[in-house]
Amino acid sequence: MKKTVFVGAFAATALVSGLAHAQSTLEQVQSRGELICGSNTGQAGFGAPDANGVWQGFDVGFCRALAAAVLGDSNAVSFVPLTSQTRFSALNSGEVDVLARNTTWTFVRDVDLSMTFVGTNYYDGQGFMVTRDLGVSSALELDGATVCIETGTTTELNLADYFRVNGMSYEPVPVDTAAEAQQQYLAGACDVYTTDVSALASSRASFAEPGDHVILPEVVSKEPLGPVVRHGDDQWADIVQWTLFALIAAEELGVTSANVEELKAGSNNPEINRLLGTEGGLGSMFGLDDDWAARAIAAVGNYGELFASTIGDQTPIGLARGLNAQWTQGGLLYAPPFR
Amino acid sequence: MSDTHAQTVAYVRSTMIEAADPPSSQTGAIKWMRENLFSGWLNTVLTLMSLLIIWMALAAVGPWLLNSVWTAGSLAECRAVLDGTSGACFSVITDRWHQLLFGFYPPEFYWRPVLALILLFVALAPVLFTALPRKLLIFTALYPFVGYHLLWGGSVWFPVSAALGFVAGFVAYKLLGKVNNLLAIFAAILTPVLWWVFAAGAFDAALSSVMPLGLEFVRSDRFGGFLISLIIGVSGISLSLPIGILLALGRQSDMIFLKTVCVVVIEFIRGVPLITLLFTASLLLNYFLPPGTAFDLILRVIIMVTLFASAYMAEVIRGGLAALPKGQYEAADALGLDYWKAQRLIIMPQALKISIPGIVNTFIGLFKDTTLVVFIGLLDPIGLSNAIRADTNWNGIYWELFIFIGLLFFIFCFGMSRYSMYLERKLKTDHR
Amino acid sequence: MASTPDPRTASSAHAKRTFHPSMLLYDQRYRSITIQIFALFVLMLSAAWLIDNVINNLRLAGRTFSFGFLSQSAGYDINQRPIEYTSQSSHGRAALVGFINTIILAILGCVLATIVGVLAGVLRLSKNWIVSRLVTVYVEIFRNIPTLIWILIFGAVMAESMPAPSSFRGDDPASSMLFDAIAITNRGIYVPSIMFTTELGALPLGPVAPSLNWILVLGVIIAGIFANAALIRHATRVQNATGVRPKTWWKSILILFLPVIVIFIALGAHLEYPELRGFNFAGGTHLRNSFLAMWLGLGFYTGAFIAEIVRGGILAISKGQSEAAFALGLQPGKTMRLVILPQALRVIIPPLISQYLNLTKNTSLGLAVGYMDLRSTLGGITINQTGRELEGMLLLMGVYLAISLTISGLMNVYNSRVKLKER
Repeated sequence: MKKTVFVGAFAATALVSGLAHAQSTLEQVQSRGELICGSNTGQAGFGAPDANGVWQGFDVGFCRALAAAVLGDSNAVSFVPLTSQTRFSALNSGEVDVLARNTTWTFVRDVDLSMTFVGTNYYDGQGFMVTRDLGVSSALELDGATVCIETGTTTELNLADYFRVNGMSYEPVPVDTAAEAQQQYLAGACDVYTTDVSALASSRASFAEPGDHVILPEVVSKEPLGPVVRHGDDQWADIVQWTLFALIAAEELGVTSANVEELKAGSNNPEINRLLGTEGGLGSMFGLDDDWAARAIAAVGNYGELFASTIGDQTPIGLARGLNAQWTQGGLLYAPPFR
Repeated sequence: MSDTHAQTVAYVRSTMIEAADPPSSQTGAIKWMRENLFSGWLNTVLTLMSLLIIWMALAAVGPWLLNSVWTAGSLAECRAVLDGTSGACFSVITDRWHQLLFGFYPPEFYWRPVLALILLFVALAPVLFTALPRKLLIFTALYPFVGYHLLWGGSVWFPVSAALGFVAGFVAYKLLGKVNNLLAIFAAILTPVLWWVFAAGAFDAALSSVMPLGLEFVRSDRFGGFLISLIIGVSGISLSLPIGILLALGRQSDMIFLKTVCVVVIEFIRGVPLITLLFTASLLLNYFLPPGTAFDLILRVIIMVTLFASAYMAEVIRGGLAALPKGQYEAADALGLDYWKAQRLIIMPQALKISIPGIVNTFIGLFKDTTLVVFIGLLDPIGLSNAIRADTNWNGIYWELFIFIGLLFFIFCFGMSRYSMYLERKLKTDHR
Repeated sequence: MASTPDPRTASSAHAKRTFHPSMLLYDQRYRSITIQIFALFVLMLSAAWLIDNVINNLRLAGRTFSFGFLSQSAGYDINQRPIEYTSQSSHGRAALVGFINTIILAILGCVLATIVGVLAGVLRLSKNWIVSRLVTVYVEIFRNIPTLIWILIFGAVMAESMPAPSSFRGDDPASSMLFDAIAITNRGIYVPSIMFTTELGALPLGPVAPSLNWILVLGVIIAGIFANAALIRHATRVQNATGVRPKTWWKSILILFLPVIVIFIALGAHLEYPELRGFNFAGGTHLRNSFLAMWLGLGFYTGAFIAEIVRGGILAISKGQSEAAFALGLQPGKTMRLVILPQALRVIIPPLISQYLNLTKNTSLGLAVGYMDLRSTLGGITINQTGRELEGMLLLMGVYLAISLTISGLMNVYNSRVKLKER
């Protein structure tokens, strides 16, 4: 115990991993006894610290599930707030083990920036929000408008493309953070606020008069958001990827945080048994024990539970499942089989 | 003569008139106002304009400040309490003040940073006020280790073993100093390094297992708010002092190569904005270090801020050196002192004393500049204000947070600048 | 006397003959060379180590070191475009736009800071109690709160408390334009801009193409200033020769202003007023919130420091100087101009320039309010979209370094010119 404290103290002051590059990410995480997760600097519903400094949100929940799967403790995770500018460097330098910070999966990021996108935990798209009294019902009526936009994101490029293709002009008001964007938009310093529809909805939910604002029907881009890991460590990428799939599959198979203990004792469904480690021995194939998925589900619930408790329609964020429903419900969530 | 005259002429008074009060326009408030506020048309215009500005500022902010809410749980509740009237919602401060001050530092340990701050003043006192006994300087030398242990915690033997390195170096210097000066300097540098690399870890581990003392360990990512500004500012300025002295001496050196290097370093660091150095810390440092090396971000920022402050410090100290009369250097030479002895015993004590106001001003500047770490994602007060506004409860709040943050910075920096002015006055009388 | 050699030269000659390696360490004359060679060695080793690390890291990440990204299409829009730019332009051009925006902000910021600072510095010495107190409050508040907070506050004031463009609409608008020409909105201030009916075209000057009209105007103004200087020199010569100074003020005015007015009329200069069109005002010059927040924030923040410098400079001149000037029979105005100011300026200018330097470096905070300066374009969005952080940051540092060195170079030239010659 004291030994780890010293190691920790040393890590705090100097080298986190002087010798580390010989180790795999999984070994690093296990020897450290803690997962380090790159998070937002603060986005309601997805990742923000609450009054007690405890991080809450959808992306945060995924990190907790991962910590539960790898380390057996959903609290053995620390969150490093990253701006859109520092996120990839932090991941590349080993400062964080995984990036769960609504990051869009694009070709350039995947190939040129050498990131590994392991999947999509939220299917999003870029939309526009305007005040109701502006009387606009379509994004195509926005010629000449002033648009608030967060810099350093893909939305900035999509916006430029959309207006150029449709032959419209606009005045961009670049802002640094989501909070700043809302401030500008509410003050009327821009006519339109554009970002991912999920973030628009969560912003609108927090406004004093949500009814005064409309989200326009056009969705101008595809924004598959998901966790990212470093290039070149396939074992770790697999663990992160299948933890995500485990949460998704659990919802499809009806495994919840309430019944996971009961189902772990054994069930009639062989897929559930393989998922929860009763048979098949899947976990040991990537260096974990067989209970990994059961722990992850027990910690944060399945995908649906996590969604409902952080951003679902019962929360202030109030997002509908939409594209993020199971494929059986007409959505896009489709976990490969556990076998 | 005058007596007779007084008696012969009836209309000359024989007694003094009672001294009358001066005319009302020449006394009290009215005289003061005439002289100070309305002494000419220009002054009158200026006075009226000033009054107008003050009135406008009060009218704009006063009612809003007076009509403030301190106990609501969210901005929505605030709005409900205010019921449409304009008023400040300082509830966000009552709700989150601890975060703005300490970040996510565990609340049960808040006494540790507070104690560290109090001890910081104790440690600084002998440096700042010359009247205090010199013995206190020993505590000043120990403070970095005490402060580190209080803030981060962990095993108490870790800072102790680190401090022992310096002690070992000092002992080696003292022992060998009698034999050979040059050898002693080498030994003083080499011994601590050897101690830290080979012995410190084992010493620490051994003592920790025998006598596990220490405060609970707090990770760097729990630090935030003013705590982080203070840590970066204080460690940046204290670490930059020795580097700044060396750079300043190097810049004045006769050795042309060393001088060039120092000038290039100083001018480069002063020539680029702090923010590019911070970005170097967060984005580029891992390019310049062996693959796989990763530092704690706060440490990287402290290194960069130290470099930044060193360059400014070097210029401040160079000013102090330049202000010394040439006679002091000549006197030191005449006494037969070698370069380092002359610096240590004659030049530096005087030059540093002259530079203290400049050093304090550099510190104020550096402390204010710590707000820039928000751009690399550290949760300093401004970063936390963003995080707080990301909470659905407080989304949309603005002025209250900035007033609070600004006020804290103001109190701190204003106090420091008053101290620096006091010093300037004190030092001026010494030299005239 | 002549036969006995000077003992010192003798001993040094002796030392030269019997050179011994240990003298590299113990002989004062050689030790400095030893130390410098050692330092050079250490420096080169560490440089080699750093470069080797960079090469290794780049290789491990499968990246190359290349500035090729500067010619790729940028893909993002910039709102304040002093030169032509679209989202299809290259990253290099985006960086150039950012650079020009940085320079614009730096120059205008320095002008504002100087005006505010000199005014506040003089007013702080005023005998008017209320004015000097008010200015003291201004100086202390601005000096002791970080500039980033001031920039954010000015940004918020502009966005929160000014009327929206829509309130200018309708028959009975809630807000109206100042003098029917200036619209102050929460998106910035729209002012009339000068347009020409006759366009002389643009000067093809590589990436930037300045308008010939403005070059002509600028040329005429500069020529006028030079001509006026010649006129004043001539007047001084006449005064030195005859003792009578010819009246020059009306000639000066004529030389300075008439040609400019003529050229404006010849080119058909007129004002273009902003008017409400669609969502926003169109026409005129748009001073955006981001620019105003940076400009006011930096200007007032730096102005507070300049105020202290000016006050210190004036106080530094001892009273004896002005008394001596009065004793010589100089009038108060001339005392100020010929005795006090030249001396005060010697004290004021060096710290003033270093404040200009600080202001220029602080323009890099533009991203906080979305001002698209060099750091927001090249050092922000471009690095972010291309992932070329190493190349981008090096380039960014290089540019800022060049700006700073230019300014401090000018300062050194000035300093050596006004320096008092001492022993």
